[in-house]
Amino acid sequence: MTAALAEPHANGEALLQIRELDKHFGPVQALYHVDLDVPSGQVTALCGDNGAGKTVLTKTISGIYQPDHGQILWQGQPVHIRSARDSSRLGIETVYQDLALADNLDIVQNMFLGRERLRGGLLDEDSMERTAKETLASLRVTTVRSIRQPVASLSGGQRQSVAVAKSVMWGSKLVIMAEPTAALGVAQPRQVLDLIRRLRDRGLGVMVISHNLNDIFEVADRIAIMYLGRLVVQDDAANFDRQSVVEYMTTGGLGRSGGTRTRDA
Amino acid sequence: MARAQGTPELPDAAADLTEAPEAVAELPPGVVAQSLGDYARAWWLRIKAGESGVLPVIVALVIIAVVFQSISGGLYLTPGNIVNLFQQSAVFMILAMAEGFALILGEIDLSIGYVGAVGAAITVQLVQPGGTYKWPWWAAIAGGLLFCTIFGAIQGTLITRLRLPSFIVTLAGFLIANGLMLIVLLLAFSGFPSLSGTDTDRVTIYNLMWGSIDPTVSIIAAAVIVVLLGGWLWVSDARRRSSGLVAPPASLSAIKIALIAVAAAVVVAICNQNRAVIGINEGVPWVIPIVLGVFAAWTVLLTRTRYGRYVYAIGGNPEAARRAGVNLARVRTIAFALCAFTAGIGMLLFASYLGGMSNNVNGGSQVLYAVAAAVIGGTSLFGGRGKPLHGVLGGLVIGAIYNGMYLQSLDVKYQFIVTGLVLLAAVTIDSVSRRGSTSGSVARI
Repeated sequence: MTAALAEPHANGEALLQIRELDKHFGPVQALYHVDLDVPSGQVTALCGDNGAGKTVLTKTISGIYQPDHGQILWQGQPVHIRSARDSSRLGIETVYQDLALADNLDIVQNMFLGRERLRGGLLDEDSMERTAKETLASLRVTTVRSIRQPVASLSGGQRQSVAVAKSVMWGSKLVIMAEPTAALGVAQPRQVLDLIRRLRDRGLGVMVISHNLNDIFEVADRIAIMYLGRLVVQDDAANFDRQSVVEYMTTGGLGRSGGTRTRDA
Repeated sequence: MARAQGTPELPDAAADLTEAPEAVAELPPGVVAQSLGDYARAWWLRIKAGESGVLPVIVALVIIAVVFQSISGGLYLTPGNIVNLFQQSAVFMILAMAEGFALILGEIDLSIGYVGAVGAAITVQLVQPGGTYKWPWWAAIAGGLLFCTIFGAIQGTLITRLRLPSFIVTLAGFLIANGLMLIVLLLAFSGFPSLSGTDTDRVTIYNLMWGSIDPTVSIIAAAVIVVLLGGWLWVSDARRRSSGLVAPPASLSAIKIALIAVAAAVVVAICNQNRAVIGINEGVPWVIPIVLGVFAAWTVLLTRTRYGRYVYAIGGNPEAARRAGVNLARVRTIAFALCAFTAGIGMLLFASYLGGMSNNVNGGSQVLYAVAAAVIGGTSLFGGRGKPLHGVLGGLVIGAIYNGMYLQSLDVKYQFIVTGLVLLAAVTIDSVSRRGSTSGSVARI
């Protein structure tokens, strides 16, 4: 464990605070005393090697797993998130790597899937199309030519944009994105990273789970690093450089190799 | 610990290339078109890409009509035969619409032929006079359809709750229903309960297929339907256009309405010819509004309700539907119940066509024709794509082949072979076009 954990966080009360979270699967301790703060209006990057516990932590926040011990505070209040429904009711939306879009449905239908608007018992397509259009425009997702095209015909970046716009439309306060640029070609990460910044500028909390140091240093305001189920460090991105992040990810600490973390107390 | 000192290998190159503009994704034609010209071009592009919609079916129908008209020496396209063809196709159409529920979900229901046949046998038995349980026609129909719905719901429950494959569950259902049909047929009126009789109940059920609407009433009813449907189409398209939503141009709306009007006029005109050899037999047969009613109801259910949206979502990506909070088990179970219910209507019409039920009714070939009709019409075997309209058009193709072969007094074996070849062609088109679109989207990512 490092000294960084004990330091007070700069942002006063964070949107989401995780305290002493433990989770084990049989004999495997997946999360061990995890403390994490995710503030509003900032992009928090959660990094770590494979098996560090990023996915388990994410799924615990989004209600798919229940923690064994510890507390989750949402806007300062302790909450129990027992299902994906619970988390979206609080305003937490998770955009998984596979995006969970139905290829055969169009953009409007995907954005409203599970929460369709009705008029007289039938689907109110006009009103849904109007709202979806406004949301996409407000996020400046402009490369989509028609919001009535099936998702199958969209590029990877556009699909990611649709998935994010969906969560924004539903008034979420925290958007968790798992590996948002991993499946994208060369040209599209730009589009997605811009979108992440726009979410932050709207005052949303954004948590990005990523391996990609380029992405992390491009968009993250804060960086939190996990190693073997522990959250070993979290701090402003300015206090890290690439080498220190890699070192935390691979060894769980600094100093053993005489690292060069530029932070001063 | 020297390894952390070196510069880690990072994918630096990617960052600099992100300035490149987003590659314009291949557009599905049609949705961005603004004028009729754009629409025509978009339509042509879609046909070239294998996404041809209902065009191949229409072309197939024209070819079938021309071929049989020439080899039958002009007997095929007579009013009498066309009405007969509608009546024969009606059973295939409704069974294909039934199968559509399973196919859109990416499942299959092999049992519908015999499940529907049990329902029909129950109905026919219940209206037999002199039995201890003589029911009025409407109650008998309700009883038969209720059986089908329950049978379908049980199969659906086994498939969804116990996660058994639908292929096997409905294959078992096929055999069980076959046995049940024989049992029902051996009750009150053993073997061949008939619908020939003069009491209202049997006459009503017989007339589902063979009764006709008065020619004048046919014309008025068709005109009212065209005006209402056309008016609704026009108003809703105009409203979408004026509020800047995705909508076809006014000229295309007008063409659609004109086509509906022409189709209605042609059908009514043909049916209003006297088609009896002796005496008078004219007017639109009741079976046409029955098929249209089922078609309209299931089209509204699948495209305008939450339930229908969930059926497509599950067929396209069950995981997406699950995360969206859709109750997959419930939607699937209801779909199997609706499938069996619709099959009950189809086989009831078949019983009416035969003038009774018999233990010779082959639910096996009926279900194969149902799957064939749905797929020929454009429903995908891989789930996520399909409409009631596909069942109607595919049923018409099968009915047209069946009728043409029958007219030539060709043996049933040739009919099997031709239908099989048409099915093979339809499945090939479905599979190839799907492969094309999948590889396309992978390339674009």
